[in-house]
Amino acid sequence: MEKYLILNTLNFPILSLLLLIPVVGAVVSMFLRGDTVLKFWGLAVTLGTAVISLPLWSCFDQTTAKYQFVELRHWFPALNLDYVVGVDGISVLLVLLTTLVMPLCILCSWTYIKTRMKEFIIVTLLMETAMIGVFVSLNTVLFYIFWEGMLVPMYLIIAIWGGDRKDYASIKFFLYTFAGSIFLLVSIVAMYITTGTFFIPELMDHAFPFSYQMWIFLACALGFAIKMPMFPFHTWLPAAHVQAPVSGSVILASILLKMGGYGFLRFCLPMAPAATLYCMPYLIIMSLVSIIVGGYLALGQSDIKKLIAYSSVGHMGFVTLGIFLLNDAGIKGAMLQMINHGVTTGALFIMIGLIYERTHSREISDNSKLGMFMPIYVTFLGIFSLSSLAFPGTNSFVGEFLVLFGAFDKYPLVGALAIPGAILAAAYMLRLLQKMVWDDSDGHGHHGDDHGDDHHLSDCNFREFIQLAFLTVFVFWIGLHPTPLLDMMDTSVTHLIHQVNAGGAVQEAVHHGEHHALLNEAGAWVKNLF
Amino acid sequence: MNTIITSKIILTTLIPMITGLLVMFSGKKPNLRDSWSTLGAIITFVSVLNFLPIILDGQQLQYTLFELYPGITVKLNLDALGVVFALVASFLWILASLYCVGYMRGLNEHAQTRFYVCYAVSVGAAMGAAFAGNLFTLYLFYEIVSIFTYPLVMHHQDEEGYAGAKKYIVYLMFTSKAFLLPAMVIIYVLCGTLDFNTASIAQGIFPAEADRFVVGIAYLLCLFGFAKSGIMPLHNWLPDAMVAPTPVSALLHAVVVVKVGVFSTCRVMLSIFGTNILHETGLGIFTAYFVSFTILTASVIALTKTNLKARLAYSTVSQLSYIILGVAMLTPNSITGGLIHIANHAFAKITLFFAAGCIFVASGKKDITEMGGLGKRMPFTMVAFGVASLGMIGAPPVGGFVTKWYLALGTMDIHNWILLCVLLASSLLNAGYFVPVFLQAFFGKPLPADEGLTGSLETKPLILFMVVPLVITGTLSVLIGVYPNLFLDLINLMVKS
Repeated sequence: MEKYLILNTLNFPILSLLLLIPVVGAVVSMFLRGDTVLKFWGLAVTLGTAVISLPLWSCFDQTTAKYQFVELRHWFPALNLDYVVGVDGISVLLVLLTTLVMPLCILCSWTYIKTRMKEFIIVTLLMETAMIGVFVSLNTVLFYIFWEGMLVPMYLIIAIWGGDRKDYASIKFFLYTFAGSIFLLVSIVAMYITTGTFFIPELMDHAFPFSYQMWIFLACALGFAIKMPMFPFHTWLPAAHVQAPVSGSVILASILLKMGGYGFLRFCLPMAPAATLYCMPYLIIMSLVSIIVGGYLALGQSDIKKLIAYSSVGHMGFVTLGIFLLNDAGIKGAMLQMINHGVTTGALFIMIGLIYERTHSREISDNSKLGMFMPIYVTFLGIFSLSSLAFPGTNSFVGEFLVLFGAFDKYPLVGALAIPGAILAAAYMLRLLQKMVWDDSDGHGHHGDDHGDDHHLSDCNFREFIQLAFLTVFVFWIGLHPTPLLDMMDTSVTHLIHQVNAGGAVQEAVHHGEHHALLNEAGAWVKNLF
Repeated sequence: MNTIITSKIILTTLIPMITGLLVMFSGKKPNLRDSWSTLGAIITFVSVLNFLPIILDGQQLQYTLFELYPGITVKLNLDALGVVFALVASFLWILASLYCVGYMRGLNEHAQTRFYVCYAVSVGAAMGAAFAGNLFTLYLFYEIVSIFTYPLVMHHQDEEGYAGAKKYIVYLMFTSKAFLLPAMVIIYVLCGTLDFNTASIAQGIFPAEADRFVVGIAYLLCLFGFAKSGIMPLHNWLPDAMVAPTPVSALLHAVVVVKVGVFSTCRVMLSIFGTNILHETGLGIFTAYFVSFTILTASVIALTKTNLKARLAYSTVSQLSYIILGVAMLTPNSITGGLIHIANHAFAKITLFFAAGCIFVASGKKDITEMGGLGKRMPFTMVAFGVASLGMIGAPPVGGFVTKWYLALGTMDIHNWILLCVLLASSLLNAGYFVPVFLQAFFGKPLPADEGLTGSLETKPLILFMVVPLVITGTLSVLIGVYPNLFLDLINLMVKS
């Protein structure tokens, strides 16, 4: 086991602390009284978690693809089940993204959440543990526990603090993601029966037969594609986003969607390399469809939240496209695009929440002509909109460019087909920006003279400014100097590509015969049905 | 050739941006605000002037700010071509910022602070484009220009303004995303870098084994990606963008924005592809014919326009293609002719727009047919207009003549009579739409309503803010025709390399 791991050399168990602090924080908050106290407590806990997670950045060893900061405790020896957590270049950035975004989720709910503050803080903190757990688990059972553990708090966030159609949206969210993860569970159990281990690195090294890989791949990919969400499994997302409260949307966009991409990179690619190579063309096609459909649907929305939700489908299409190009630039671009989407779309959802508190509407037409009243807000809106459309110098440009580079390098046609997605992104974001800042067409906007209650449109206050300024730093930092991030993931991505290609090559010899065997098997099964 | 690494060249891009910030924070004090603009413009010009001796000495200045990915950096590199454009744009910004004061106050325009901020940032981004050391940096500043000129085009915030601005941003954003972005990726895939080859205009950056078909596709994507250069059929945004206030049309749509487009196209042709590849694949001569169509068609359309600004807009479309035509003929003479037209066209065209704006503020007239007898009431303006028209037509001693001369030499170098005929025909067409304006102003009959009105319109103090700059630019457009050596020396440095 040790050949995969580097045990934690810090003098405190960093990953376990990250998992534990929010839970303890949640327990303590049960005994606290008063909304303000609770809010500050929630903020303190999330900020504390964020601070504790920082050594993951500074002490990370970029030269190895092994899992680092590992903690290993025997758990159920009879089942060969251990508590084992660790991070590598792929997960470490997502852990940091989670810990850094969570304080913002508390901050953006400061005045937005008006009821049941105690429950809100508890649920949010539990959510944080579950999300970090997904990224640090090196054990399929642990992974699955956290993966499912996320569903309930998220369901509650939408169902309690959501909008008018919260019941519909929360149930839809729950059913979709739960249906996906059932298949994940099946493949986890199946792999255990075959190999006798739940340990993820060992499963990666196990050469499963091709037909077996296909089943695992399909089962896992379905779960992750729903989470991502990839076309045609995306319909839960706009509903969930629109109904979720602001922090729910931010968590969904910034972190939850990344779990699909992370799952592909952690499970599908290394555990089923031959199947990955076999299915690659189909997933690339699905990604392209997601990019175009997401962008096209975003173009037609009049609800700002829906627009951003559909744009997420398009952006996530770029992520899966990059992943399944299976080359260095593609996967790095996809990783970077996941971080970027977390920053930019998270910020856009915060901004929507902010304007919703003032105008109580998410319609573009009710929120137009803001330029006159809210110059700071509009400046941030401009920055994040441009970032979302991959304006050069902002974070998304680097990610999009790398994915396109990977595509043009490998399959020029795929690259060419992804370009319309980039055009659509510019179209819907500039349209949104233009309408919200100036607009012309209708009289719904805020003219100042026909609204007596313009005090609603006060500009960003200090709390709001801090959140957005914090994310702005990342927009330009990643946009102009992404090298530190790329260096962090470099060794792990190289290792992953090696795993896929080597695993695929071993299977190459048997691939052909087995492929036919699989088809025959399926054919026989279909015949038996009739 | 020597390359000096110095961070000083960031300043030239930075100063206009800082000016924009200062303008923003002094919005409540108009006099202070407008002084910032002029001061920023002067300092920018001086900073460019400061680099001139070094460039004339045959050296280049370079500085890398950020590295995004190996071969993709934000890098500034100043060479002779860049300095020509930077010099012209920053100098004209000084005059334009004075002119703005007269125009914006004369018409009592709204949102002047926003106007000046966007104006300064656009010029700064254009400086950045002039100084760009690789395709990514060029793209970055090119896009910043697009975004920050958008509020200028929709300045009036009426239906016409929004429609023009929408068309503007759709054309520019669509082309840059649809063509420029893939072109950049393809070039990066083939070369592994986006850095310009500023040492030689012949070599380009492509490795010898690069597939010529793919290179050709990348070239066409670049040619259409820079829609700011107004090559037909992607020119349509330009006439509609004339809804903007005239100082915007003058500086941005005659000098900065469109020149960024043309400059980018020339830069990519000379420093990415190189004359060798363009010659070998026949893409150079293809481009020459392609833009010839624009030169002639735009001139014919200009003949039909009676709105002065619209006529000038189509004239701009036509004249911009001269620059690309010169470069596309790929001979030293023609390239000289093309590149020097960046300066010649700038001085002459800004004079024409200044004059159009001045006429509008002083008399409220936009249409050529209404301008009868105006020459007597606005003699300085109309004489400057006439001189600048001569530059457009290409008559000596105005700068435009130097352009035509070198372009004609270029056509003879490659023995291409068709292109020579294009030049001659377009000169006649230019004369056909500029001379009537002049004649109308001096010899035409005034409108019945204006009958009997006499006295100069050029005496009000605010009008003087406009007349003085346009007289200066008019004079300069003659001076650079009589004494073109500065620009010729610079361009020779480029062409000889």
